[in-house]
Amino acid sequence: MLKDWRAAITGAADTAVGELPGSSCMGLHAEAALLALADAGLRPGQIDGVLCAYSLTEPHPMLASVFCEYLGIRPSYSAAIQAGGATGCVMAMQAQALVEAGLCRHVLVVAADNRLTGMTRDRAVAALADFGHPQFERPYGVTIPALYALVAQAYMHEYGATREHLAAMAVAARTHALRHPKAQMRRPIAIADVLASRPIAEPLCLLDCCLISDGGAALVVSARDAARDAPKPPAALLGSGQKNTHEHIIAAPSLTAFGCRESAAQAFGRAGVRPADIDVAEVYDSFTITLLVELESIGFFEKGEAGPAALAGALDLGGRLPCNTHGGLLSYAHSGAAGGLFHLVEAVRQLRGEAEARQVRGAELAFVHGDGGILSAHCSLVLGRG
Amino acid sequence: MTGNPAPAAAYKGPLPRATPETQPFWDGAKAHKLMLPWCEDCGQAHFYPRALCPHCHSVRLAWRQASGRGKVHTFVINHKAARGFEDKVPYVIAVIELEEGPRMMSNLVMDETPTPENVHVEMPVAVVFDDVTPEVTLPKFRPVR
Ligand SMILES: [Zn+2]
Repeated sequence: MLKDWRAAITGAADTAVGELPGSSCMGLHAEAALLALADAGLRPGQIDGVLCAYSLTEPHPMLASVFCEYLGIRPSYSAAIQAGGATGCVMAMQAQALVEAGLCRHVLVVAADNRLTGMTRDRAVAALADFGHPQFERPYGVTIPALYALVAQAYMHEYGATREHLAAMAVAARTHALRHPKAQMRRPIAIADVLASRPIAEPLCLLDCCLISDGGAALVVSARDAARDAPKPPAALLGSGQKNTHEHIIAAPSLTAFGCRESAAQAFGRAGVRPADIDVAEVYDSFTITLLVELESIGFFEKGEAGPAALAGALDLGGRLPCNTHGGLLSYAHSGAAGGLFHLVEAVRQLRGEAEARQVRGAELAFVHGDGGILSAHCSLVLGRG
Repeated sequence: MTGNPAPAAAYKGPLPRATPETQPFWDGAKAHKLMLPWCEDCGQAHFYPRALCPHCHSVRLAWRQASGRGKVHTFVINHKAARGFEDKVPYVIAVIELEEGPRMMSNLVMDETPTPENVHVEMPVAVVFDDVTPEVTLPKFRPVR
């Protein structure tokens, strides 16, 4: 039986994803927002809270304010949140807090970016280099893949993970994406393809890295009494948790143990469930190593076990833990903060039984996780069919 | 006057801009010394340098020269260059665990092309100094045998 919940996702939607010539950052925001509102059976004027993220193509210090102006709404609460890849989950957790506190009835959570068509290559590369410490990391030629590769090397050394184990994460994602009509990557891949792809930051190769996409996604988070009129079954927010341990890799307390363990433990504890109870997981996968570390740290698998399990099909439909059933950032799409929201949108669809060819039969409990920085900021959520 | 030497090819990588709290580190590097901030209250060194000790939050800090010895905590052989590193691929970015405890990032200076066979976690290294411009010196590390 579900814990007594007080906040739920009543609307969830994403735009088309991939290469969307002619799209704009704010246009994608508005499209995703209107789709999510329609999904929740609400008019824009019924929204009293708005949470936005950040944008690389149309950056602004007050993005929520820009978005509300663009859409033509004047909510009583709005704010923008920046937590890198954790932003989607952090926004959902913040929306939960706002409706549980009685400050809002319906909070719109929205993020979008047109990173694929809206940025020159130079600007995209420069923006992504900004993650390194300006004095003590960037002078050594860091890139985001290189920073994650530092984690991969340390993790492989300590726990015996192999490149095949990492590749199994990419193949599992692609297998799921083949069942999703909107996914950006629709060509099957095998372990050998991942291993033979171009080295980017050894031990990570091209197919170990997430996509770059245009696209947007949005959620409506409603208070329980306000969720009563929703046309579709609500996805109850049963538990949430966060943990930050560092921002820069040189200041990380460990390169093999990260905050996801604590953020997930909080979320499971508040929801009153255990990892083994989860029917479907949507876990941040900016790189194959990201997913492998998180699956083992969160408690779904023992250390060193996620890779072999994935090779044997554990992350596929019918496996021990169907994971990233939309294809994830590796094979569905990744457009900035919307990337993490795609995981949440998929979790809602799974709990509603709307996932068609990729449906996990009888899914009642979903786990969603986002991480930002270099495994720096973590946010975990447990959702249940309301 | 004639006969000035041709200027060396301009260094294209990103350069650190020192702040008051990191100036002694970069001044030290320029003098080919690896300097670390130490806490006078808890007795631990930290990195990167900041205005307080991240272990106990004391502001009683003092700079001391480090031994320059350490080992590779983790590394990457980077093939897709950061801006300004296009002519250096593949290059090794490593997290070095210093003998004094803190970890810092650097490049490994190698005699041969780096491969998974000649770079290892736990490999002992020692600091060398790369005067990349007349103003800026970057501490880097070289494998010791
Ligand atoms: Zn101290």
